[in-house]
Amino acid sequence: MNSALLVNIFRFIMLLAIQIVIFNNMNFLGYISPFPYILYIILYPVNSNRSGLIISSFLLGISMDMFCNSGGIHAAACVILAYYRPYIFKFSFGLSYEYQTIKLNESLTPERFSFILVSVLLHHIVLFVLEAFQFKFIWDILLRTLFSSVFTILISIIIIYLIKPNKR
Amino acid sequence: MQQIFNFIIRNSNRLLFLLLLGISLALTIQSHSFHKSRMISSANFISGGVYEKINNVNEYLNLRTENDELVLENARLKSLLFNKEDTTKAPMIDSIKGVKPADIIVSKVIHNTYSTHENYLTLNSGSKEGVKQDMGVINSLGIIGIVDNTSPNYSTVISILNMKSQINAKLKKSNHFGSLTWDGKSTGIVQLTDVPRLASVRKGDTIVTGGQSVIFPENINIGVIDKYFIDTKTTFYTINVKLFNDMTNLGHVYIIKSKGREELINLENKNKEKDE
Repeated sequence: MNSALLVNIFRFIMLLAIQIVIFNNMNFLGYISPFPYILYIILYPVNSNRSGLIISSFLLGISMDMFCNSGGIHAAACVILAYYRPYIFKFSFGLSYEYQTIKLNESLTPERFSFILVSVLLHHIVLFVLEAFQFKFIWDILLRTLFSSVFTILISIIIIYLIKPNKR
Repeated sequence: MQQIFNFIIRNSNRLLFLLLLGISLALTIQSHSFHKSRMISSANFISGGVYEKINNVNEYLNLRTENDELVLENARLKSLLFNKEDTTKAPMIDSIKGVKPADIIVSKVIHNTYSTHENYLTLNSGSKEGVKQDMGVINSLGIIGIVDNTSPNYSTVISILNMKSQINAKLKKSNHFGSLTWDGKSTGIVQLTDVPRLASVRKGDTIVTGGQSVIFPENINIGVIDKYFIDTKTTFYTINVKLFNDMTNLGHVYIIKSKGREELINLENKNKEKDE
């Protein structure tokens, strides 16, 4: 039980650090800025404490906001993703997901991919809408969401399989 | 009573979610309104410290461009020094004080964003060095932004690439002025709006800061005119200004402490009180 907590704290700090040091400086073509730090929320254990997830996601988002000078947009997007995560599980894995043990970091099945896809899209749409705050930029928002999501998904999948626990 | 407790326990997750969402939305809305000190900013010792460490590494990678800029500035200053018009005349010491009533704090950009609609810079000098809100920030090429928040050792700057920023600017040759804004599209181009149609505008003209703002001294370079068109609704010119600065690559900057500022602000406040 405790080791899961430690793993989560470690993941929290590592993902935040990687995001700030590397991915925040990425800005291809002015549109693409990947946010793989939300892997923390995606990889959070399925059946553990839900309010813990919501609180820690808020902390994750507010620390991102502190580093990006962005008010509260990351916090809002993270909290929304954390709250709707069970619904996304239900959508991707079917109704009885609670009785299965879902491990995301195994081979990439369509269900797992769709879960990552929906989570990333939800987070990015909320993020970019709150960032622009005006409907004048609707195309800009959609383009940014689309391009950034593709890159976030790619990087997230790479990270998941890079740090996959060794089975041998 | 029992039912209220039951309700809270049953819906604890939802209530927690709504509470945290409310907090973050409040922070977001607060940050979108102009000139309110934001509660969460990178001018604090944790993020400022981290950015300074990262910047120490990045600096090595940019030494070459930074050197080139310094060499250019040196050359310019040397040419000013050697091309003084009349060296036999006694230098007019007074005029220096009169022309530029400003002090300068040298600082360094430790974090820079340019990918969003509202961009901020973080500098590594703060209220200890005398940096205050609303001071102007420039470098050798032109203007950069206005100080927003300060902490003892760090400060954040609203970059000119921020849709909230509005800076008074004018045409160098004719003194027609307008306000400098950004439309959020290109990092190299900002917009000068509300220039009257009487002004003769030509491509390639230089845009400098105007004398109306208390933030920047007059005649600091901004950029050259790239394109101009007449706004059909207001019949004012909207001018696309190509910046001298590459906002994606900033090193050392100067923070301007304008001496007449406090006096001017006090004076204007008095006027406002009279009006009320």
